[in-house]
Amino acid sequence: MKNRLCTVRGKSALFLTPSLLGTVILFVLPFSVVVFYALTDYGSKEFAGLENFSRLLQNDAFCLAAKNTGILCALAVPSAVILSLLLALLLQEKLPGKSKFRTAILSPLFVPVASVVMIWRILFHDNGTINALLTQLGADPMDWFRSGAARYMILLLYLWKNLGYHMLLFLSALSGVPREINEAASVDGAGCWRRFFKIQLYYISPTILFVTVISFISAMKIFREVYLLAGAYPGEALYLLLHFMNTTFHSMDYQKLCSAAILLALAMLLIIGVLYFVESRFGKDMEER
Amino acid sequence: MKKKKLFSAMRLALCTILALLFLFPTVLTFCTSFMSSREVEYTYGDAVDSGQYITEPVQIKLIPDVVSGEQYSKVLLQSPDYLQKFWNSVLLVVPITLFQLAVAALAAYGFARYRGKLRAMIFFGYIILLLMPYQVTLVPNYFFAKWTGLLNTRWAVILPGIFSPFSVYLLTKQMRRIPKSYFEAARLDGASEWRIFSGICLPLCKSSLVGVGLLVFFDYWGMVEQPLILLENEALHPLSVFLNKITTGEVGVAFAAATVYLVPCLLLFLYGEKDLCESSAVSDMDG
Repeated sequence: MKNRLCTVRGKSALFLTPSLLGTVILFVLPFSVVVFYALTDYGSKEFAGLENFSRLLQNDAFCLAAKNTGILCALAVPSAVILSLLLALLLQEKLPGKSKFRTAILSPLFVPVASVVMIWRILFHDNGTINALLTQLGADPMDWFRSGAARYMILLLYLWKNLGYHMLLFLSALSGVPREINEAASVDGAGCWRRFFKIQLYYISPTILFVTVISFISAMKIFREVYLLAGAYPGEALYLLLHFMNTTFHSMDYQKLCSAAILLALAMLLIIGVLYFVESRFGKDMEER
Repeated sequence: MKKKKLFSAMRLALCTILALLFLFPTVLTFCTSFMSSREVEYTYGDAVDSGQYITEPVQIKLIPDVVSGEQYSKVLLQSPDYLQKFWNSVLLVVPITLFQLAVAALAAYGFARYRGKLRAMIFFGYIILLLMPYQVTLVPNYFFAKWTGLLNTRWAVILPGIFSPFSVYLLTKQMRRIPKSYFEAARLDGASEWRIFSGICLPLCKSSLVGVGLLVFFDYWGMVEQPLILLENEALHPLSVFLNKITTGEVGVAFAAATVYLVPCLLLFLYGEKDLCESSAVSDMDG
């Protein structure tokens, strides 16, 4: 028995090797060099402790970039999770032409952001459609590209691009909720909201964590949208970490680059660890009830 | 009863509005691509970066006054730049998608076929890597490319793309849903592991392979970060980066180029939408 197990184990391990080799050579080994650079001094190549990190934290450009990235994530992640969940709830019940609506909302998934930036420029131009609308409503037109409002322009592009797929994830999670439970609750007189909070939320709580993590990952990629709309040197509100990395790559300051990468990796781990912790606590609470 | 009818009518109206909103940017790009360059410049002026400064509010115009193929003939026949950049995109994204799927399907089988402590740890490592944003992973990729002399070649982008953990994660989740007894039965009949993988596992996962492949393709088709940092030579840049650099006088062309750029994605989406929806059922972060 044991012998047989060993062969399945050994043979199936062979399937892992290409991926594992590639990952080690392309990511893990070079990353140890990243750690090395981050801990050594630029000139003398001696061990420098945390000096590079403290230098980085005093760097204004880095702090601005970190702050902006943080603000954008704080705006993007909750709104993406909540809105896509609402969309999924809207589309989960019977509706004529349901799959057409789903396709329409999912469609931005395949549209490259580069293809629609011109539309965003038209909409958010100083004399663009949005500002015209604002004036008609009696509000002041905004400078969408250079002021802090730029964040909301980017946020809209991010939501447009990502909501569809997140909604799809929620939809398939919602369809996993056992029908009998839902119907029994309905017969007992539980309304939409009550059913959602008391039953469905429990079943989809792992998906909520998953979507939160995914929107977090894609929020860190917002650089793409910003670069395409506002270029490599955007206004102050949109100067992101990848802009900082981009210029640092070109100036070849490896110490700065590597310590920034490590700080960011640690921050990501911390945030996702917290999310994971919250979900497991929350899930448990629901089970005990 | 009446209240219920009203409610569902409202829901239908809301869905219609939302669907139109989500379609709007794509449709507008498509429609504008059939305007002549003069009409584009006249309608949208400096909003799309051309010389003419507009003082009046821009009016969105869905239907061109005159339908013209001028932009398309420029993109497809007269300026080789766009076509070359399009070809660059293909040369980067197609190998990444195909090889990433192949490597990931193998690895996913390895993770799904046997679950031990060591393998759980390795899988956890993949999840950590998956969570790392470009700002982190591009640095090791850059060093790798620099040492091997691959910087400024397509391989600098392709290799990290192939070994991205994204599809390993999703495919493992899918393959773990296949009942173990299928594999065991095949093994008792004397099938080799390779035969079980190619004859049972892959056919059962066909729709998730298509779904994951589409996600990978869409993601890399729009890539900006990797070429910016790993490909200094602009001649190798994909169209996604190049589209951004529309200059005065070429404004009209940009819309046609944008449309041409999204056509492959549209076709793939139409081909695999069902698979994409089916394969979206994996959604928890458990190792």
